[in-house]
Amino acid sequence: MVPLSYYLVLSGILFACGVTGFLIKRNIISIFMSIELMLNGVNLSFVAFAAHWHALSGQIFVFFVMVVAAAEATVGLAIIIAVYRTRETLNVDQVNLLKL
Amino acid sequence: MLHLILFLVFGAICVAGAVNLLVQRHPINGALSLVVVMGSLAAEYLLLGAEFVAAVQVIVYAGAIMVLFVFVIMLLNAGVEERTTGSRVALLFGVPGMLIGSLLIAWVLISRSGTEAVAVGALPGPPRIMGWLLFHEFLLPFEVTSILVLIAIMGAVVLAAKPPSTAPTPRED
Repeated sequence: MVPLSYYLVLSGILFACGVTGFLIKRNIISIFMSIELMLNGVNLSFVAFAAHWHALSGQIFVFFVMVVAAAEATVGLAIIIAVYRTRETLNVDQVNLLKL
Repeated sequence: MLHLILFLVFGAICVAGAVNLLVQRHPINGALSLVVVMGSLAAEYLLLGAEFVAAVQVIVYAGAIMVLFVFVIMLLNAGVEERTTGSRVALLFGVPGMLIGSLLIAWVLISRSGTEAVAVGALPGPPRIMGWLLFHEFLLPFEVTSILVLIAIMGAVVLAAKPPSTAPTPRED
């Protein structure tokens, strides 16, 4: 028997780690991975609440979050490839113009 | 008791992977620690009785998405990233503020919320019930996500395709 609050605290820690990585990382791929970490933290709280309220809709929502995350990952990585092709760099500090 | 121990062990692995993602400077190390985070999160889902979500987590997240990440990292030959020194204000106020805030939230959640215990396996999420829900109550969102994925595939192909060179290449013959 694990209290719900433990799961929420773990989810909050994961989300905070994701936010911190988003802020301190300079590599665009690392920033993208931090976003995935945030999504995972949110998913954990979804599943914990679904178990707490005995409602399966939370797990369905996690499924949809995963689908959207997969679509986001494919498009985002394609954008990263396009950016690298024109800028020759992955450092976000050097990608400060939308148009070359 | 055993559930609590399992939760703590996998939670510790999870947090260690997340912190390792922050500390590591090479993207490939970050990607591998993210795989560790996702694997231990799948174990947490199993502890919550969400079997379907755990399987999808391993297959889609730790499998497909992370393979995509590793593939792109190797394709772009990403090296060690350089760090910028953050602003001093962020160090002085941001870090203690975040620590105090997170400790406060954790204290409130643990002491005041009066949450009940989540019995492991109290809510079985077998694929059969999940599939029934997906194809009855959530049929419209499910179909909309299929269109979304289709659009994402086409967008990725268009974005990552080589831009057509302005000068047409001369024919060989």
